[in-house]
Formats: sequence, C-alpha cells, structure tokens
Amino acid sequence: MFTISDRSTYEPMLDIFIFETVKQLEQLEQLVICTEKSNCYTENAINEIFRIMHTIKGSAAMMLFDNISMLAHTIEDLFYFLREEKPRDIDCAALSDLVLEGVDFIKVEVDKIKNGHKADGNAADLSKKIRSFLSILKEHGGSPASSDVNKQLQDVKQKYYISQDKTAAAAGKNAFRALLHFEEGCGMEHIRAYSVVHNLRNVSTELNYIPENVIASDESVEVIRKEGFTIYIKTDLTYGEINELLQHTVFLKELALTQMDDPEPVNEIPQKKHIMLEDDGVEAPKLQKEEATVSSGLQQSLISVNVNKLDRLMDLVGEMVIAEAMVTQNPDLKGLELHNFQKAARQLKKITSELQDMVMSVRMIPISATFHKMHRIVRDMCRKLNKEVQLELIGEETEVDKNIIEHISDPLMHLIRNSIDHGIEAAEDRKLKGKPQSGTITLTAQNAGSDVVITVRDDGKGLNREKILQRAKEHGLIHKPEEEMSDKEVYSLIFLPGFSTKDNISEFSGRGVGMDVVVKNIETVGGSVSVDSTAGAGATITMKIPLTLAIIDGMNIKVGSAMYTIPTIAIKESFRAEKKNIIIDPDGNEMIMVRGQCYPVLRLHERFRVKTDVTDIPKGIIVMVENREDYICMYADELVGEQQVVVKTLPSYIRNMRRIRGLAGCTLLGDGRISLILDIAGLVEK
Amino acid sequence: MAENVAQELWEEEDTQKDKFLTFVLGNEFYGIEIRYVTEIVGMQPITEVPELPDYIRGIINLRGKIIPVMDVRLRFRKPFREYNDRTCIIVVDIGDISIGLIIDSVSEVLSIPGGDIVAPPEVSKGSGNKFIKGIGKVGGDVKLILDCDKLLNDEETENLSNL
Repeated sequence: MFTISDRSTYEPMLDIFIFETVKQLEQLEQLVICTEKSNCYTENAINEIFRIMHTIKGSAAMMLFDNISMLAHTIEDLFYFLREEKPRDIDCAALSDLVLEGVDFIKVEVDKIKNGHKADGNAADLSKKIRSFLSILKEHGGSPASSDVNKQLQDVKQKYYISQDKTAAAAGKNAFRALLHFEEGCGMEHIRAYSVVHNLRNVSTELNYIPENVIASDESVEVIRKEGFTIYIKTDLTYGEINELLQHTVFLKELALTQMDDPEPVNEIPQKKHIMLEDDGVEAPKLQKEEATVSSGLQQSLISVNVNKLDRLMDLVGEMVIAEAMVTQNPDLKGLELHNFQKAARQLKKITSELQDMVMSVRMIPISATFHKMHRIVRDMCRKLNKEVQLELIGEETEVDKNIIEHISDPLMHLIRNSIDHGIEAAEDRKLKGKPQSGTITLTAQNAGSDVVITVRDDGKGLNREKILQRAKEHGLIHKPEEEMSDKEVYSLIFLPGFSTKDNISEFSGRGVGMDVVVKNIETVGGSVSVDSTAGAGATITMKIPLTLAIIDGMNIKVGSAMYTIPTIAIKESFRAEKKNIIIDPDGNEMIMVRGQCYPVLRLHERFRVKTDVTDIPKGIIVMVENREDYICMYADELVGEQQVVVKTLPSYIRNMRRIRGLAGCTLLGDGRISLILDIAGLVEK
Repeated sequence: MAENVAQELWEEEDTQKDKFLTFVLGNEFYGIEIRYVTEIVGMQPITEVPELPDYIRGIINLRGKIIPVMDVRLRFRKPFREYNDRTCIIVVDIGDISIGLIIDSVSEVLSIPGGDIVAPPEVSKGSGNKFIKGIGKVGGDVKLILDCDKLLNDEETENLSNL
C-alpha cells in the first residue's frame, strides 16, 4: 500500500507509466495492422511485439497493475515461442485478432487509471484464449493447420516403408479415392474441404488430400474450385459407408468415389507432396526475413516535455505580447516624437513576434499520429460491415497545435465511421457501378494561411439531396422553400442535431447524434465544418481549424465606453449606412439593404445594454459578419483598429454561472483595458 | 498513526488558523477567513459583462489575470452605494475560483478563536443569513463570519428563476 509520503513520487511515476504505455500500444497497433496487410509476421515484427509486451509487463507490475501485467506476460510468452521456434504457417488473422484484443483490454484499463478509477478489468478469458492458441502451436510444433500434414508425413513415410513388404496390413482394409466438387459460389471451399477431412479423420487410418494446405492458404480455394478436392483415404469402412459419409457434405455438387486396390497411389502422392512442402518451407522463411521494416524511425533527438510547462510557457509569452503592447502603445507616449525609442520598440516587437512563433511551434506536433490511428478504425469497420476500404493519407507531416489534435481525433473517427457506414457501398454494388471493388477514403491535411484544412473524402455514393430534404422536413428543420436551397445548404442540414437519414440504427451510426457532435467539437476549437458531395461519386467533408486557439486577428470596435473585438475572419465588410437603406419590418425588426440583399441589423448597444450616445444609424458604423452562410449587420459606434489579440477565456466562475451567447472570451488591449471578444455564431443565432 | 502525527504538526504550524480579515459594509463588520484572501486592491475600472446577475459587476484586469468582481452589498440585497476611494476589492481564492469582492472599506486582521464563534440565529426573513457561517465575538463587538462557499455558489435557485 502506498502511504501519503509516497504519494509525491507515485503521481509522476503514474503519469510516465500512462504516457509510455499509451505510446507503446499505439506502436503495437500500427505494427499489427501493417502485418495484417502483408499477411505474415516478420521476424522484426515478432521481436518488436515481444519487446513491447515485455516492457508493459514490467512497468505494469511495478505500478501494481497485476491484471495488465499478467495479460502482457501471456502475450509475451506467445511471442517468445514465435521468436524462438519460428513455426511456419501461423494463422496470422487469428493471431492479429488476439493481439488486438489484448491491446484493447490494456487500453481500457489505462483509460480507467487515467481517470482515477481502479483498473479492475478481468483478462482471464482472453489469457485463456491466448494460452490455448499457444498450446496448439506447441503441440504441433507448427500451426494447427499444417500440424496434420506433418503427422501425415511421418505416417506416410512409415507406411511407405511398410508397404514395400506388402505383408503388413496394419493400415485400413480399404483404400478409396474421392474427388469432391463444391457448388459454384458457395464460398470458403477450403474450409469446407477441411471439415470433410476432419469428419473422415475418425474413421480412417490414413488420410491424404490435395490441395494440401487448405486452412492456411487462400490459393487452395482456387484449386478446389477448378480441380475439385481429392482425398485419399485408408479406412475400415465399406464403400457404401464412406459414400454416405461424404454425401453429407454441405454444398456438395459432385462426388466421385473410387475404391483402390493398390494402396500405392496413396503413398506416392504424399511423396510428391512432401517435396512440394519442402519447397514451401524454404520459400516462406526467406520471404519473411526479407520484409524490411519500413517504419525504421528517423533517429531524431527528441525530448518529452510535460504539457503543463508548455501551457505555462504559452501563457507567459502571451502576457509578454500584451505587456509589450502596453509599453509601446502607452498613452503617456501619445504625440511624442521619440525616434530612438521607436527604433528600439520596433526591435522589441520583432523579437517578441519571433519568440511567439517559436513557442507556438513547440506545441505543434505532426498530425500523422492521429491519422494513423484511423487505420485501426477502418480495419475494424471493414471487418464488421464486410466492406473493403483503403485509407489514403496525404499531408500527414502537417503540424497542428497539441490542443487541437486532441479535439480532432474524435470527429475524425466519427467522419470515417460515417463514410464507411453510409457512404461506401458494398463490394458488389461498387462492381456493378463500375467502381473499383475497394472503396477509398482519403484524409488530407494542409496549411492554408493561418488555418489547417483537413478533409475526409470518400468515393462512395455521396449525399442524397432528396433524402436529406425529406428527413429535414420530417423534423421540421427547413426554413426556406426547397427550391431556393442550394446543394451546399441542403448538405449542411446533416450537421443539425438529431439528423440522420439512416433508417436503422447500427452500432456505429444512425442515432442522429454524430455529425452534430463533430461540428460542436470543431467549433469549440474555433474551426468550421463544411460538406460537399457529388451524387454517386462520393462526399467530402472539410474542416478548417485555426492554427492556434490562443491568438486571433481581431478588429476592435467601440460601443459607448465598452470595447469589443470581432474575429477578422468573420468580417465581410464594414460601411457607414444611410438612413434610406434601413427598413423596419412589421415586427419592429430593423433590416438593411445591401446591394439588393436584405440583412438583419443587430444593435450592439441594445444587445449588450451599453450606454452610448451613438444611436443614429448614419452616425455609427455597420459591420457585416458571417457565420456558416448566415449574415448579419452589427451596429457599433466606431471601428478602432485591427490587432492581433491574445484570447483569454472568461473566468470560470462566470462561465459556470451561465453561458453568455455572443461572447467567446476576452482580451487585454494595449492600454490595459479589457475587450470582450464576440462570438459571431452566438450572435447570429436566432 | 504516522498520518495523525503529521496532521498535528501541520496544524501547529498553521499561522493562518483562526485569523480573519474584517471589513465594513454599511454598519456591520464582516469577517472572512484569511486563508482564502490572496490580495486587496483599490478600486479599478470594471468591464461590464452582459447577461449576468446585477451583483456581478463584471471583470477586471489584475496584472494580466482576468477576475470577476462581485459587489457584496448587492449580493446581500443592501442598497447600492457609489464607489469612492475607500472602496476596495478583496481578491479571494476558493477552490480554484478566483473572485474579487467589492466592499466599502477594509478594517483589520483579527484572531478569533473557535470558542468565540457561535452559530448564527435562525431567521426566517432576509437572505443575508445564509451567507453567515457564524458570529464572532471580539471585545464587545460582533463580527459576522462569512461562508465563502455559499457566497459563490448559492445561485441555483436564482438562476432557475432567471431562466
């Protein structure tokens, strides 16, 4: 048990444990998924997995997380065997599944620990599964599938020797040759063939079959389809009994059963097979050894830093920017001609800017880690929904602020799930449409000015305008007449809460919660989401996220004695209005005509209840702002100036009290005053 | 066992125990536990924030940190008084919330041992009572000891009625 005095050393150790274990699990996942693609376990992969499990076992044991440690130990044993004995023809798919199950278990436990709960998961079942997989491997000194063949080899060799005598009749009385053909299109012929063999095993003393490698090899399926499945069997059963037994085979199209008098053929074939086997034996290991680990990391010298320190650093640099502004724009200096001072001030500003850029880049990490996590999602979904999808990554070196990465990961997962669930059609449909059987999802990331643009593009069936409109009508979400809505507007309807055109709710989507959450997550970091689609060809979802949360370009405006800041990206234009352009509608709402279009007017002094003398439209200024294709015109006293501002959130006390619509935060101006930053989305909301 | 000893040592060394900062509001003296108080500043320009209860006057810039300020008079439903040069802001830190309390004037720091503090009387009328944790006796005077948690958090009913 830990006493209080130990707590000060326990916490940081726990942090490091969580950090490192998570990193290793991610590495492991990538490794397994890569291996799955190439369908064989390279020596390097096995070593790597062994090493990772060994490390996790040790660190979990030290932190007293026995369940994680034991599971890691079991997997470590498995991979130790694989490393030392190097069995051939391992069932890669089953192995991958087991390892990934283990990874998932440990991930869940680490999550529990991260959130301060107890790691009380029980891995007993999973451990049992792994242990039995391992014992099968051990028994046969090879994979479960080829083990029988090995036995055959030995039996056959002996028999060959015996049959030379032709006296010993230890073998079965009867020898048969059976040729089976399965129905076209029944699928999984090799599994069916194997089950036939399995059934015959009990009644036969000797059993050989062609093609031989039915379980482990997919090519055997083709062979069975074309040439049929040949079985040579020595048994005590009669012809009739064997025939009946074989006729029970499911999807059997044709059976040709012949009794053989001469047991020789049974033994000859194995010889040939024996040779083939040896060839295989020589090839396989070579193939595996040649696999180069592409992911031999670039040995950069890296250092892991506590994120809190970085946050503090960012805060301090932010304050320095403000302090620098307070010095150089000090009201005391107004009107004075200080050349040397100005020169020095400019130099200071330059250095401060560079420092700011540098610190910002410290917090940036390439988005590749997040992108690679998506491989697992794609794999799992393809398995579950029986679709084929390739994931293409473009621009993964693009760097994004660490805060933002945490906020993108969930939306990305969601979008990819959506694409695979709704967008990409099943393989047959795609073939009918002339599309490649395997769907493609492309993730791109690129820098565009001060934003990062991330797109998720699929080549599925695209969005269905009619279905969306219909569903929106059902939920009462349409405000404009349908014909007036552009395609883009219609597609944007999917972002509304509760929207879903999926008729049945699946485990992954259809509850109408998904897209809304995506939008909220992105908007929390100050970004925007838009969608575009071409019917039949696919859909593209674009997320634009500002490079950093902390600093935005803003336009300062004055209303009475209060100062407000509008994010520059939201501003479309500003102008002084004329009285004749103002219209009052029957409800008393003010509207303004601009180039033939009508926009609502929002008087800021009324909205925020600020006292001001400037209430006459021509005396103040109109600023037209836009949020997701919604426009309004805000009325303020005057524009003060453009400035890069450091965003500070409103004190938590106030935020907890109530969420003030229309305010996104606040900032400190050069003279020390506080300016409230306007949240355009909140102001535009009706 | 070791824990108990450690705890006692900690308490003996706590020079902040039983010390209260007293201030004046109208005719009454109030006291607040000194361990909550971070600093006392003079009156500063307040930036108003819309849509908040009237006793939250807005936010101030305290050396780069943005802190909300509450007018304690209005919180206690007393009549508002114009701010003058004696008006101060006491910055308190409760849990992880920092807030400034606008008060008429600051008095002094007093030591009021636990024995001299009695529970407040049950009064049916008036909202001021729920903010009082106890009544402290000093000499012949009475200081009303504030319950800081109630001061900050007792919004539930008010908020609901606002909505």
